[in-house]
Amino acid sequence: MKLLRDTWLMFQRYLWIFLSNPAWVIIGVIQPVLYLLLFAPLLKSLVHVPGFPPGGAYNVFVPGLLIQLGLFGAAGVGFGLIAELRAGVIERFRVTPCSRFALLLGRALRDILTLLIQSVILLVLSIPFGLQASIGAVVIMLALVALIGLGISALCYAAALWLKDENSYAPLVFTLSLPILLLSGVLLPLQLAPGWLQAIGDANPLLYAVNASRVVFTGHGSGADVAKGLAIMAALAVVGVAIGARRFARAIA
Amino acid sequence: MIIRTRGLRRVFRSRRSTVEAVAGVDLDVGAGQIFGFLGPNGAGKTTTLRMLSTLLPPTGGEASVAGHDLRREPDRVRQRIGYVSQEGGSYDDVTGRRELVLQGRLYGMSRARAEQRAAELLESLELAEFADRRTKTYSGGQRRRLDIGIGLMHLPDLLFLDEPTTGLDPQSRARMWEEVRRLRDQGTSVFLTTHYLEEADALCDRLAIIDHGRIVAEGTPEELKREVAGDVVVVGTTGTTAAAREVLDAREFVRELTEEDGVLRLYVDRGETAMPQILRLLDGAGIALSTLSLHRPTLDDVFLRKTGRSLRETAA
Ligand SMILES: Nc1ncnc2c1ncn2[C@@H]1O[C@H](COP(=O)(O)OP(=O)(O)OP(=O)(O)O)[C@@H](O)[C@H]1O
Ligand SMILES: [Mg+2]
Repeated sequence: MKLLRDTWLMFQRYLWIFLSNPAWVIIGVIQPVLYLLLFAPLLKSLVHVPGFPPGGAYNVFVPGLLIQLGLFGAAGVGFGLIAELRAGVIERFRVTPCSRFALLLGRALRDILTLLIQSVILLVLSIPFGLQASIGAVVIMLALVALIGLGISALCYAAALWLKDENSYAPLVFTLSLPILLLSGVLLPLQLAPGWLQAIGDANPLLYAVNASRVVFTGHGSGADVAKGLAIMAALAVVGVAIGARRFARAIA
Repeated sequence: MIIRTRGLRRVFRSRRSTVEAVAGVDLDVGAGQIFGFLGPNGAGKTTTLRMLSTLLPPTGGEASVAGHDLRREPDRVRQRIGYVSQEGGSYDDVTGRRELVLQGRLYGMSRARAEQRAAELLESLELAEFADRRTKTYSGGQRRRLDIGIGLMHLPDLLFLDEPTTGLDPQSRARMWEEVRRLRDQGTSVFLTTHYLEEADALCDRLAIIDHGRIVAEGTPEELKREVAGDVVVVGTTGTTAAAREVLDAREFVRELTEEDGVLRLYVDRGETAMPQILRLLDGAGIALSTLSLHRPTLDDVFLRKTGRSLRETAA
């Protein structure tokens, strides 16, 4: 009860901070549009490349773009937290009886909401280009994005609380997110990769989200892959939240 | 006692070093007063405050704050205290009113109650005019008043203020003092840190001087100054001070003699009787005076006596 109330209060705070800044809102809307406009022209010819998965260019690519959006969107959340840390806001909250868990969840829910809205924009814009998606596929896709958003943003908040400084946080998340993206098969199919690289890719949780999303969007593949993707993303979210919540509860020494 | 600590310690360990930031602090702070924590940079003021406000677990020792044990009942302690950190606590992109209302809500107030209390505080802190502007547009003094308002939203019994006036101009500082006194007069206990001597002297009912994590003196400003010596006579000579030093040192009416910035400071019991004697002695030795003045001892004299250093130098 108290957790819910505190989470709601924190969620409202961060939503207000986001919405009251027109620049962020505009960037938030333009981002998915840019993703689509800059990738779309490349897709037409790519379909014929050997190893390109079957199912239609947009149905193969849009799920990947959504996962990329989720990953990069969540990677940036630490900056706001570091600014608040510096202004003493986090200490101020920690002196109140506010639930430590809510400090994390409230912010993460705001991050998820913005990711979901961006995803819907991207999906809707893709329809005129030839994306075909059932309601079920969209629901599963959004669930995957939400879980990625929760897991990665919680981990990024933990990293921000640990590093406390943009100058070390930025290189860390950008250095990590690029290989994670490449090895998830979002941009290029990992079937093209040599064996050792594929083995590393298999250890990347996002690969399973990408596989699951392609199954639901292209109809090729098994339902077990979908379940596996959802389960692994749920596990990522649980681990991320556990680590993030621990960091918020710990003294920021 | 609103605060009672015994042997409170905090050690920071990192790979390269171990810092004993607070090295066994015993404090007894009575309710209803302004208690000051005076010390140079790095003395351990913030670390002590962060421990007392439940932010940092102590390495050792025990403390009770606002009637509750710090280790066993941190939630109870949190309900009764307000804490305004050195950095403040308000965020640039949020309006003052929103910060206040959220704070009240976090302590369990209903929206209506929080809005009412926020309006009250905005009025009394003279922030009503800026209430709906983002805090990044506030002046330093306005921002500081808002931060204190945030700490007061839930009507705490005890308010911790970490360097409430650092960075304020003299006018804003005077206002802040008024504000803190008003709080005390309304029954709130205030525990504040400062490295301004004047502030500790003028504002605090009692104070503790901390250096290298240890309390070196504790009492009312008057008691502390009286403990040092009755008065301080400052003697400047036209030539070097060496000759004057020789004449005045080891006189029985001089309790202590120090030299600072080319003038001598004589700690004496009674300035009125010491001055004529000093004049006579120097005159007899043919030493010409450039200045001779009588001072009540300052807290800096207390600090100097207890630590061998001047707070003005260490704080600079
Ligand atoms: N998180 C930390 N990790 C390591 N050392 C710390 C940490 N916080 C404080 N210290 C060290 O503990 C000592 C006391 O610091 P503290 O912040 O309590 O001083 P202070 O009296 O508040 O000083 P100031 O007047 O500069 O605010 C310093 O030597 C400081 O470097
Ligand atoms: Mg400090």
